[in-house]
Amino acid sequence: MTPAHPVPVGDVALPARPRRSRWSLGVEWIIESAVRLSGVSAIIFVLAIFAFIFREAAPVLVSEQFDPLEFLFSVQWYPTSAVDIRYGTLALTVGTVSVTLLAMVLAVPFGLGAAIFVSEFCGRRTKEALKIVIELLAAIPSVVWGFIGLTVLSRLVVEHTSAPVGVNVLNGGIILALMSVPIIVSIGEDALKAVPDSYREAAIAMGATRWQLVFRVLLPAAKNGLLAAVLLGTGRAVGETMAVLMATGHAVQIPDGILDSVRTLTANIAAELGEAPAGSDHYRILFLTGVQLFAITFAVNLAADLVIRGTKRK
Amino acid sequence: MSFAAASGSLGPQGTPALFSETAFGRRMVRHEAVARGVFLAMTLFMIAPLVAIVTHLIVEAWPALSLEFLLDVPRDRMTAGGIWPAFIGTIYLVVISLTVAAPIGVLAAVYLNEYAKDTWFNRIINLAVINLAGVPSIVHALFGLGAFVYAARFGYSVMAASLTLAVMTLPVIIASTREALAAVPMAFREACWNVGASRWQTIRGVVLPNSVSGILTGVILQVSRAAGETAPVMFTGAVLFKAVERGTLLPYYLDDQCMALSMHLYVLTTQVPNVPEAVPYATAVVLLGSVLLVNGLAIGLRVWLRTRKRW
Repeated sequence: MTPAHPVPVGDVALPARPRRSRWSLGVEWIIESAVRLSGVSAIIFVLAIFAFIFREAAPVLVSEQFDPLEFLFSVQWYPTSAVDIRYGTLALTVGTVSVTLLAMVLAVPFGLGAAIFVSEFCGRRTKEALKIVIELLAAIPSVVWGFIGLTVLSRLVVEHTSAPVGVNVLNGGIILALMSVPIIVSIGEDALKAVPDSYREAAIAMGATRWQLVFRVLLPAAKNGLLAAVLLGTGRAVGETMAVLMATGHAVQIPDGILDSVRTLTANIAAELGEAPAGSDHYRILFLTGVQLFAITFAVNLAADLVIRGTKRK
Repeated sequence: MSFAAASGSLGPQGTPALFSETAFGRRMVRHEAVARGVFLAMTLFMIAPLVAIVTHLIVEAWPALSLEFLLDVPRDRMTAGGIWPAFIGTIYLVVISLTVAAPIGVLAAVYLNEYAKDTWFNRIINLAVINLAGVPSIVHALFGLGAFVYAARFGYSVMAASLTLAVMTLPVIIASTREALAAVPMAFREACWNVGASRWQTIRGVVLPNSVSGILTGVILQVSRAAGETAPVMFTGAVLFKAVERGTLLPYYLDDQCMALSMHLYVLTTQVPNVPEAVPYATAVVLLGSVLLVNGLAIGLRVWLRTRKRW
């Protein structure tokens, strides 16, 4: 950096700058290399995840048994059948979509409502306390959620509905909703916080009530951030494994209603990977559904990132 | 804290009586109260489950909970005894995975926050971090199986499971460390550069000491995440049962398989017949309790350090 007032160097005897030892410079070079290497580690890992999963899945793509149309659009999933092996994942995809959809129908209004409350309607201390509670809610392990779904919630579902079994779309949807609400709240709250205070001041100066302030000013202004919050919540719900494995039942079928059992893409991998012999077609097909999941979450996260970036640029 | 105090002088509820006299004003005030009530109810709907779940779990688990339950090994086909092999196994997995992930994550964050300029390449790194954080845990399991168990020939082992967890926790450590580094004011760095320090000397002498608390909190929060994950360890190194001595501290080698608390809970509830009801509940309470305790500590640390921040 150049000093603001140039010093007449010729007149002043500058002390000789102390030189750093070769050792010190060498260590610094090593550390900086490590820093740069770690910096690209994220890219390496994302590529590695894709490469390794695809490597395990690839041989099945050229196998005679495999038909891409059947894989995507058939509801017949009989991976271990002795006579007629079928690998159709449509029922699993529909299972994932139905559970995620129900979860979002429940989680989005509550999540955004809670975000609005935390951001606009409560005092500083309440806000701090609520944020801690949300953080703790987000920390509950998914297997504990699954356990709750399997024991407590399934009993409640059987008691209060006509469902024959308590583990179904409704159960999984409620559990997933509870799991994704903390993400929606914390990211939604960030989005509302990012709306400049001058917007709020202007609205209040015009005599708006807080209700009007929220609906006419804040929601339109924070629209993108809130959308990103919903997308990231959806991403979490799609990728969730243990909770849906335990709470949705184990029926590979297209559900007729929310009281039917289903199986999701994630739960299917978790349920069958242990039994599929390494290198078999079944094993490779499971990796292929992994590639499918990776692609779906990649797209959702990319969309969320683009939406957030759009906000920032504005 | 009262509402009026919280909203300062701006809040419509704090509007002088003058404005509430007209019918229009009264309606405004009523709308205000309704809005507040609705949003409060939504927030409570979110918090109520947490309280209800924790209470219910503790009540159901009470008959089985004891120090003996923690220290003993499972007996009689897992229907009696304790959870020690699973508990210590989880500690193994967490410690090893964070020993790997924390240094890489912190260095990566240092790169992104201190060295990287806004180029397309670094934007791709950012995107990679975000996407890595969003990869489903079962996909991490597939990756661990393909990469560490088979390709790297670690076999089903503590090593493979820990490395899988490390890849999973890495992006979150990067994100939280970055936030901590970004909170150090630019002026600190400029002052240091101006006395002739190099970039790395500045980072080591000024940036890291001033952000260490935030970095630490972020890493501690990942302890609970690594401890709670089931799917990634289920296919890379955790097993149904492993015979271990009661209360022993070093039961596993890196190439051994191990038990894990999260997987133990899954196994108890879905695979083992005739388990007394209190046992899985007690396992869930130990898992949830450790996770919430560790997170509580991290949050406490953060709050305490924020109060004594110097700038």
